[in-house]
Amino acid sequence: MSTLRLLGVGWYFQFKMILRSPFDGIGNVLYPLFFATTALFVFRAGQSPRTLVYASLGAAVMGMWSSVSTSAGSAMQRERWWGTLELLVAAPRHFSLVMLPATLGLATVGIYNLAATLLWGHFVFGIPLTITHPLLFALSVVGTVLAFGGLGLLFAVSFVRFRAAWVLGNFFEYPVWLVCGFLVPLALLPGWVRPISWVLAPTWGMSAIRESALGGTPLPDLLLCLGLGAAYVALGVLVTDRVLYDARGRGTLSLT
Amino acid sequence: MAAIEAHELCRTYKTHTGTFRRRTKEVEAVRGVSFTIEPGELFGLLGPNGAGKTTTIKMLITLLIPTAGSARVLGLDVVKDAREVRKRIGYVFGGERGVYERLSGYDNLRYFAELYGVPPKLQKPRIEELLELVGLKGREHERAEGYSRGMKQRLHVARGLLHDPEVLFLDEPTIGLDPVGARELRSTIASLTAAGKTILLTTHYMFEADALCDRIAVISKGSIVAEGTPADLKRGVGQGSVLEVEVYGVDEETIEQVRRLGGVLAVSVEEREQAQVLVVQTQAEVELTSAILGHLNGGQVGRISQREPTLEDAYVALVTEE
Ligand SMILES: Nc1ncnc2c1ncn2[C@@H]1O[C@H](COP(=O)(O)OP(=O)(O)O)[C@@H](O)[C@H]1O
Ligand SMILES: [Mg+2]
Repeated sequence: MSTLRLLGVGWYFQFKMILRSPFDGIGNVLYPLFFATTALFVFRAGQSPRTLVYASLGAAVMGMWSSVSTSAGSAMQRERWWGTLELLVAAPRHFSLVMLPATLGLATVGIYNLAATLLWGHFVFGIPLTITHPLLFALSVVGTVLAFGGLGLLFAVSFVRFRAAWVLGNFFEYPVWLVCGFLVPLALLPGWVRPISWVLAPTWGMSAIRESALGGTPLPDLLLCLGLGAAYVALGVLVTDRVLYDARGRGTLSLT
Repeated sequence: MAAIEAHELCRTYKTHTGTFRRRTKEVEAVRGVSFTIEPGELFGLLGPNGAGKTTTIKMLITLLIPTAGSARVLGLDVVKDAREVRKRIGYVFGGERGVYERLSGYDNLRYFAELYGVPPKLQKPRIEELLELVGLKGREHERAEGYSRGMKQRLHVARGLLHDPEVLFLDEPTIGLDPVGARELRSTIASLTAAGKTILLTTHYMFEADALCDRIAVISKGSIVAEGTPADLKRGVGQGSVLEVEVYGVDEETIEQVRRLGGVLAVSVEEREQAQVLVVQTQAEVELTSAILGHLNGGQVGRISQREPTLEDAYVALVTEE
């Protein structure tokens, strides 16, 4: 109970800070529109409306992913810079319960990305906004946000250990677009890529969102997405202790 | 049971230099520091910049693992029982960092109240009480980025007290504050000991340690060089004498020559308004005025005066000893 409360309160304040950050703000407002425009230009030529919805949903999740992958690491760097990282570590609650709300906050920004992309596609490119299973669609979006938050936790933890881990986040930004089928169907990828796609929650989140919007069976995808997300969180929590012990040994929690 | 026990604490840092040929350098920041602080005591760790004060505190508050030695806070080991230690201690450092500038002072406290496990029902009254204590009432809903240095520092103190910790660690809390702000903060600190808290305070201001602390340990280059009540430390310097000579530019070599004179205990140079003052501490029975002036030969010399040593002189002598 108190754990849920901590997650909730942490999410609230982290999200409040993200909304108040001018730099993140501009990036978050513009990037998704940029992705959407690119994706829609690529897919526009002679395609059915269905393909365009497919592409705009992909662009939407791309924006969500970019927000998490590039910001999770730098969020920790910012805490270090602000001098608050040490205060968070010195607090009695488990540090992963402090980091998770921060990465969930970043993933939540993705909901804006999704809405902005779909509206942009609708008003600028005239793509219909029909969603076959609205409730399942909403659930799929929330599930994807949660799983992205869990994956962000892994980035954040590794960042506390390796200062250069923001590179890791940026490095993962683009391959995931491809490997998780944001732009092209997984069926088009070489066979050896499949297993990688399967263990990445974004693959299933993406699929659940598309199935619920275009009509299909999103539930299995959603469950897989949530299951993998939970596995990331569990792994993150386990690794956190190890990473913190290491950071305390090396003295890397502060800036000096 | 002692509130804080440090036993032969050591800490080295490894730093890397060079991009292609990486060399590792070791810095021995703390070299075998021991002390015991009783419940309810205000203990001062006094030393110049780089002496190892922050490093010592960070080992005690579980942010750094000692390279050697051990420490207990309220009987709990700072490495093995880190989580239990964290529940019972508060940590405040000086300067402007450590505050979420994009949140209001009030939200900063709400967030940390949650992190420190303050029961939800108690959070509101506790925060109100602390805002009152540190004098931020009325400004708590403004974003912290607009706060003055002093206000941020007071927000820090309130944060450190949220969970009503038995032991408080204050790392140079008055650094960068104007004199009035610093005095107010000192009186807040004094009121905390009156309320029964155990406090470890670090500072590089002699007078601050003298005014606040029950006991002081002087730390220099990672080792404790003296320990006792302010009165003990003063007694240690009672016998000597201090000669102050106004000079207008004095080089390192001259200072070194004066330092080597027989009967000289310590030499330092203080910058005052228009001149530098060479402060020479000597043993009581020797008369060195003419010898010192001899070494200053050539340079311009202003007023010369002789006085009794103060606690400040004792401190300077301790931390400049080779
Ligand atoms: N993270 C670090 N990495 C390398 N050296 C450090 C680090 N932190 C402190 N030091 C060095 O250790 C010594 C003691 O520093 P510190 O404990 O901060 O002193 P103080 O708080 O008394 O000013 C200094 O020489 C400082 O440069
Ligand atoms: Mg310091």
